[in-house]
Amino acid sequence: MYAQMIKSEATQDDPERLAAFQARIDAGEKIEPKDWMPEGYRKTLIRQIGQHAHSEIVGQLPEGNWITRAPTLERKAILLAKVQDEAGHGLYLYCAAETLGVTRDELTEMLLDGRMKYSSIFNYPTLTWADMGAVGWLVDGAAIMNQVPLQRTSYGPYSRSMIRICKEESFHQRQGYDIMMKMAKGTDAQKRMAQDALNRMWFPSLMMFGPSDAESVHSEQSMSWKIKMNGNDELRQKFVDQTVPQAEYLGLTVPDPDLKWNDEKGGYDFTGPNWDEFFDVLRGNGPCNKERLAARNKAWNDGAWVRDGLMAHAEKKRAARMAAE
Amino acid sequence: MSAYFEFLLRMGDNTLILGHRVSEWCGHTPVIEEDIALANTALDLIGQTQMWLGLAAEVEGKGRTADDLAMLRDAWDFRNVLMVEKPNGDFGQTLMRQFLFDAFHLEMLKGLTTSSEPRVAEIAAKAVKEVLYHVERSGDTVIGLGDGTAESHERMQDALNLMWPYVGEMFASDDVDTEMLSTGIAPDLNQLRIAFDAHVGAVMADATLTIPDSTFAHKGGKSGFQHTEHLGHILTQMQWLQRAYPGASW
Repeated sequence: MYAQMIKSEATQDDPERLAAFQARIDAGEKIEPKDWMPEGYRKTLIRQIGQHAHSEIVGQLPEGNWITRAPTLERKAILLAKVQDEAGHGLYLYCAAETLGVTRDELTEMLLDGRMKYSSIFNYPTLTWADMGAVGWLVDGAAIMNQVPLQRTSYGPYSRSMIRICKEESFHQRQGYDIMMKMAKGTDAQKRMAQDALNRMWFPSLMMFGPSDAESVHSEQSMSWKIKMNGNDELRQKFVDQTVPQAEYLGLTVPDPDLKWNDEKGGYDFTGPNWDEFFDVLRGNGPCNKERLAARNKAWNDGAWVRDGLMAHAEKKRAARMAAE
Repeated sequence: MSAYFEFLLRMGDNTLILGHRVSEWCGHTPVIEEDIALANTALDLIGQTQMWLGLAAEVEGKGRTADDLAMLRDAWDFRNVLMVEKPNGDFGQTLMRQFLFDAFHLEMLKGLTTSSEPRVAEIAAKAVKEVLYHVERSGDTVIGLGDGTAESHERMQDALNLMWPYVGEMFASDDVDTEMLSTGIAPDLNQLRIAFDAHVGAVMADATLTIPDSTFAHKGGKSGFQHTEHLGHILTQMQWLQRAYPGASW
């Protein structure tokens, strides 16, 4: 769930066209870039896909933080492959967004000047090697919860990106859990690292699904357009139900004293995250917001001469080809 | 230390240290395609490290593993050339370092595919495919930036001037190289230099860059006699977990 709090844009299109559009979606048809679509649908998707793409790109930073310190060559190679996949996901998603009439550079600039957001989770620090496990297990695990249903989203290019991304994300989650297994069955220090990672990452992971549906006033339109496939609370519950037994298997304690199986609902009762903290993070006050955005701005600004140089060279080659013809 | 073992360390330490340097770019490159490409290059280099150091550990026969060699040796036991330790600098310096190393690496690996040691030939055959792609990409980027804007040209010329004194060490033959040549394990460095000069000369011409008129070469990396100050700092990061939690399994 790398897109949070996506506000549906209002649409003021012709009611007949809107009804015909809705009928296509209800019939399970995919909407393709050249098809007519309501302005609100287009704008909401740009925001959602853009936020998802930005999350992949910013998401390289907390994991990239550990590549040079990975404990073995094998772990280093796996982590490199994973971070490379994330850059690739960012690329597919920017391409999907571009089919809606916005450029990658425009989206990037909106990320860099704070007009667009990325997932709150990437504003938390990665402090020990166990965090590489916890990110894969919990963060990618939460992302998959949302992204698997999005494979059936109504917008064709987004749906196809999700199909590719989901294949890789399930590998990411498995490698994360594998790191946690090693740590949880390791030395006392490793166990402590594993528990500490779970303690810090648990509630931020629950926040990834966004605020309670009761407070999400914008969900309904996105649900009927099949841009959003499930309610936030429903996905959060599913995530908790899936993850608690995995934590138990690892011998780790979920940092929620009120966590309890509820036979009647067939799921766990659990404490929700602190939403004040969530909104603080969204406002820029998370532990790493400033560093993450500064790193992305630095990469973009320091790289301007490279992009300009390569463009200038491509232009020279094009001109030379034209002259030769 | 046997010459063969030392030669394998040179191959594996080059790819390990350069892989480390390149991986520092993850998430910080000028454009997403470069994030993907540099991560991919680093990944290939780390994969090659596993093969070279794995073989080195076997040849040594003291029960050490590739990870032991990577994570538990101190700087003076490393045998990589100085160039790969050089800090990334700007993107141009990183790509210039990459191209100059790739151009050497390609010729070396091509020579090793006919090594008298079948294990060496096998590793080289796998690695050469990856390095063919690395050198094509780094060469194209050097050309694009050298023959790009005035600023990119100037930065690339500065990068070439900065890296050039580190080229000579890759081809400077010593007792280890002489033994590798006489036993047919590795190719003649003088021959590699001829192919390297032709390749690099052509790329620099296309890049409108001038190769410095100097044969001066910093040395001390492949012999382990005198590394740069940077290697120690690389190791403090790379080896930290293994040093802080000895004997743990990850």
